[in-house]
Amino acid sequence: MSTTLDNLVTSDLVVLDLAAADRTAVIEAMADRLDAAGRLTDRSGFVAAVLAREAETGGTGMESGIAIPHAKHAGVTEPSVVLARVPDGVDFGASDAPADLVFLIAAPAGADDVHITVLSKLARRLVHDSFRTALRDAPTVEAIVTILKGEIQ
Amino acid sequence: MKLVAVTACPTGIAHSAMAAEALEMAARAAGHEIEVELQGAAGGPPIDPAVVAAADAVIFAVDAGVRGRERFAHLPAVEVRTRQAIDRPAEIVAQAVTAAQAAPRDSAGAPTPMAAAAPAGTSKGAQLRIWLMTGVSYMLPFVVAGGILIALGFAIGGATRVTDVEAWPSFGDAFSSKLLFGALLFKIGATAFSMLVPILAGFIAFGMADRPGIAPGVVAGLIAVDLQAGFLGGLAGGLLAGAVVMALQRIKVQGPLAKMMPVLVYPIVGTLVTGAILVLLIGGPIADAQSGLTNWLTDLQGSNAVVLGIIVGAMMAFDMGGPVNKAAYAFGLAALDSGNYAVMAAVMIAGMTPPLGLALATVLRPKLFNEGERESGKAAWLLGASFITEGAIPFAAADPLRIIPGLIAGSATAGAVSMALDAQLRAPHGGVFVLGLIDGKLGYLIAGVLGTVVTTAVVVALKSLRSSPSEGVGTIDITGSAAGAQVAGTGVLSGA
Repeated sequence: MSTTLDNLVTSDLVVLDLAAADRTAVIEAMADRLDAAGRLTDRSGFVAAVLAREAETGGTGMESGIAIPHAKHAGVTEPSVVLARVPDGVDFGASDAPADLVFLIAAPAGADDVHITVLSKLARRLVHDSFRTALRDAPTVEAIVTILKGEIQ
Repeated sequence: MKLVAVTACPTGIAHSAMAAEALEMAARAAGHEIEVELQGAAGGPPIDPAVVAAADAVIFAVDAGVRGRERFAHLPAVEVRTRQAIDRPAEIVAQAVTAAQAAPRDSAGAPTPMAAAAPAGTSKGAQLRIWLMTGVSYMLPFVVAGGILIALGFAIGGATRVTDVEAWPSFGDAFSSKLLFGALLFKIGATAFSMLVPILAGFIAFGMADRPGIAPGVVAGLIAVDLQAGFLGGLAGGLLAGAVVMALQRIKVQGPLAKMMPVLVYPIVGTLVTGAILVLLIGGPIADAQSGLTNWLTDLQGSNAVVLGIIVGAMMAFDMGGPVNKAAYAFGLAALDSGNYAVMAAVMIAGMTPPLGLALATVLRPKLFNEGERESGKAAWLLGASFITEGAIPFAAADPLRIIPGLIAGSATAGAVSMALDAQLRAPHGGVFVLGLIDGKLGYLIAGVLGTVVTTAVVVALKSLRSSPSEGVGTIDITGSAAGAQVAGTGVLSGA
């Protein structure tokens, strides 16, 4: 695996307890993390792309309590994943389940197949109960980063 | 079963991958083979054409257009959004399996024009057929278990005697007395039969609204049984329950209330609304229909014997356990009590030809039936011979508008011939197991054979008119199926 992929998730991109009023606020707060990590050159453009994707799909929330807002955008410098746990849950459009585990996936416009494949691999893992439980129960940011890295290496 | 799937979403990063994983897991958990083609930004390689050719059904879990859709044109298809595949993969796989089973193939395994012309999940009629087939597929084991055990109970304990045993036999009794062992089998079988309509209704609703549909659907089925609305009532109740829960699922709620929806709101409101509609709207008409028919038959008592045979025969097959069937059976019982044995003979033979005719049809024209139906056709021989009319219900529930007319034609024929040749029966049930209580056996045999042949001929003719396979089911008048009723074999479960 290339070095860029080692940086897909870092500890500053994990939020254990995010309190936010609604979907937009959650996405904004998570985009702030990317911005602070220097992974965005066009924060507002990226957020707009993510929100557009939300609107287009009716929300990326799933009944299992996860949400995967995501976008491929020129304002993203490297493939990144931000994970936030939202203990109170926030509506991401799933019919009867607010999301308490939110993955913001950011891909550069020109992301190559390797990057996309890794992101897809991570998305696949989200379907598994055991993986979600491990992320929900992980005690620390480092534990979460370890779990995520374990999946994509 | 071999499945193929295509998942696609506009960015191709997350949804298509999650849907692929979910479908792969669910299909393998259910014991099926599956190959998934991811389309999108990181689209994987296309599925090997040989795999596509050998597949039984295709699932499209897509939020974007499918590239190369024509490759799958010959397969029964289920099309959903990626979200549905991620949230409810087992249900989507089950729908694909049902679609595959519902699509008849010719013996070479090549797709029939019908399968290609009407990919499931696209038209409303095809969708309705999948829902009905889902209910039927879960009901089938109950039909087979109940029917065979009842028939064995008849054979071992004596058809006229096992039904009179009230209590469950004890261990010692069951193994010391043929009667009580037969009664044990009969009672277990009858218990299985008591679940036919609730399971049919519950799993029609499951097919429509997933797990939240089951409770309202099963309760709707139990109410249909209690209202004596039969399998048609259960079919209507299941569709109603599914529709109610689907409507509830469309209500968007925020915050903590959202968590309560599946736990409290769907079961309570879904069951209440479904049950109330059924009881208040169809309870009265069913009761009226039954008493009206009974009075009408009583008035007919002195009329021409052949006409009476046609009428009671047609009524027996019309709803197989519904108010019409029950009125005819009750009329036969009343005649039996008053010493007229000809009507009961006509009633019984008319209740035997529906499963027999369908069993014959599955043998003569297997292509017209799906795999599940061909299998139930084998059991239907024994069920028909035992006067267990329920053997026809799986066929009728899946395609009522083309099956029931054939059953009616055959049973009317059987009833008329039985009356014309003056066959007599001095038992209220039992089929071939009460042969000794039949007078005019040759005439009775002729009635049975003619009725069976007519049933088969009409069913095959109607099934062959398959310009649109789902047209029939697509136009069911749900409110009209207030006909229908409890479990059919009639005598078997209502006792003599």
